[in-house]
Amino acid sequence: MTASDRLDIDGLLADPATRIVVCCGAGGVGKTTTAAAIGVRAAEVHGRRTVVLTIDPARRLAQSMGLSELDNTPRQVKGIDAENGGELHAMMLDMKRTFDEVVQQHTTPQRAAEIFANPFYQAMSSTFAGTQEYMAMEKLGQLRATDEWDLIVVDTPPSRSALDFLDAPARLSRFLDGRMLRMLLAPARTGGRSMFSLVTASFGLFSRTVQKVLGAQLLTDLSGFVAALDSMFGGFRQRADETYRILQDPQTAFLLVAAPERDAVREAAYFAERLVAERMPLAGLVLNRMHRSEVPGLPADRSEAAAGALDATGDHKLTADALRIHANLVRQTEREQKVAATFTDAFPAVPAVSVTAQPADVHDVDGLRTIGALLA
Amino acid sequence: MGEQVNRWPARLHVVTGKGGTGKTSVAAALALGLAAGGKRTLLVEVEGRQGIAQLFETEPLPYKELRIAQVAGGGEVRALAVDPEEALLEYLDMFYHLGAAGRALRKVGAIDFATTIAPGLRDVLLTGKVKEATTRSQDGKRAYDAVVLDAPPTGRIGRFLNVTAETAKLAKVGPIKTQSDSVAALLRSPISSVHVVTLLEEMPVQETLDAIAELTALRIPVGRIILNATRPALVTSGRVTKAELKRGLAEAGLPSDPATVTGLATEVKAHLTRQELEETLRAELSETGYPLVELPLLPRGVDQAGLDELAAALMRA
Repeated sequence: MTASDRLDIDGLLADPATRIVVCCGAGGVGKTTTAAAIGVRAAEVHGRRTVVLTIDPARRLAQSMGLSELDNTPRQVKGIDAENGGELHAMMLDMKRTFDEVVQQHTTPQRAAEIFANPFYQAMSSTFAGTQEYMAMEKLGQLRATDEWDLIVVDTPPSRSALDFLDAPARLSRFLDGRMLRMLLAPARTGGRSMFSLVTASFGLFSRTVQKVLGAQLLTDLSGFVAALDSMFGGFRQRADETYRILQDPQTAFLLVAAPERDAVREAAYFAERLVAERMPLAGLVLNRMHRSEVPGLPADRSEAAAGALDATGDHKLTADALRIHANLVRQTEREQKVAATFTDAFPAVPAVSVTAQPADVHDVDGLRTIGALLA
Repeated sequence: MGEQVNRWPARLHVVTGKGGTGKTSVAAALALGLAAGGKRTLLVEVEGRQGIAQLFETEPLPYKELRIAQVAGGGEVRALAVDPEEALLEYLDMFYHLGAAGRALRKVGAIDFATTIAPGLRDVLLTGKVKEATTRSQDGKRAYDAVVLDAPPTGRIGRFLNVTAETAKLAKVGPIKTQSDSVAALLRSPISSVHVVTLLEEMPVQETLDAIAELTALRIPVGRIILNATRPALVTSGRVTKAELKRGLAEAGLPSDPATVTGLATEVKAHLTRQELEETLRAELSETGYPLVELPLLPRGVDQAGLDELAAALMRA
């Protein structure tokens, strides 16, 4: 950890130029908790009107912020100290509803109704790989556009890979731009009544295969869906590009969140490389769940040897236990430092901060305040 | 193993768990353990993460069943990273003899399109490939004694395995429907079993309980709950007072100044808080009625020796 500067979270949150903080990292590293703790600190200590956009929070953490359901609207969090003039609001992303809203904005009510009824839309809006990421970006764009918030803190979706978050808008555009879609759309665009008449003529192999594998009803649904999507094509593309630009803007700060585990740190390193390559503003690394010994001067081996010696005498069994607990803790600390160093050695210019592991999980505002103080 | 009772009776073992619980390591260890005694097992991943290659420190796996480990007694583990595109091509080829035409489809992006627009279709292809490997015969013998699937995490496992429901939304009849029905039947038979990996931490345990409820509702059989990275309880009796620590440290010839004593007392207290929480969580998991298997925390991380240790622990359990 000596290689990097310490990440100055307070400096970041106090700066009015910081408008968006994006927390990203592998699943299970405490991203949501970090995002919520940053929100509490920004509101209470820095007096900022803050909204936290969470994607899939643990139930008890959500409840601690007063969120009981997906409702896509920021709700004010109770129990926040308003002395400095700040407020904290929180919301859970409703992926399907956000997608529906996008559709409604870009097409006529009649067309929207057709799209909503299409089984492909239903499948895509709830399960399309990347829809959650794309909709998180969409919601971020909406929150930013209202200009109602001093600070927006985003918790990224629990993707199989942290990189999905950056790639989703591009993947969706690529999908909409794809040759396949163009081919299916060709008849619709030329006003042909049966889209597959043209496709059949120009690309009989494909349609024959699709017919064989999927059946005719499915093709009708699919053609309806792609034709409908086509009407919103430009809008989708434009919004994805706009959000991407917001992310590159210096008003945004990316925080990588990791736990001291090999996979999580490797993921953070990949992400750091990507952010640099895409010229996204990387503010620093938050290392959650780091352990810390209270007696750093007593080495593990010596502690364990002493425990063994006490066992032999038969007295002081409790002290022997305590010494073994200490030895394990020191070894764990050393292991974690080593794992963390794989990141800090590779990215010495990226500031980092360690957050000491809490004995129990955090699920109230007090706990979030504690984490916020450890971060800052 | 020379045991009378086969403790892992299924042939297809689906391993899920919250991200970060070590499900890939557990799946690999299970494949190694089940290969003991001259058996052949297949370890499969489906999410394109190349987690198996990272774990075994090999080159990224192609869409091919390759040996990644030999086990004492003549057993072997093969590994396969299923790619949905390749699986679709293979599927088309098997049923429609497409050959070069299939490659043409890929060239125009048809495959990407089909697997993107209908995620249920993608999952049918992935699980379909797993089913094929599980039921495959060679020279009148089964190709694999066991297949272990490193499955998607708990948050997605229900949807992933409930292939019929997902594809039924899109295809009412046709070969895809037939395929998904046969996968669904396999997953609900005693041949397969879903194991959930968790840590003794609140969120993974909650997700484990949620996943078990979801799978039960889908009538997909749950096998075991695997507690990964457990640590032995270290304080067995009594309350550790500072006075006792001071005397004990002096007796052991260690510094017994107030800072050391207070520091140690703080460490013990945190450890006890953790231990109590772990006990509560363990009890919650026990209440499900599914057998718990405990795997030790590997102090040096998961290397080859560590995997063997986990494999042995799984086979003893």
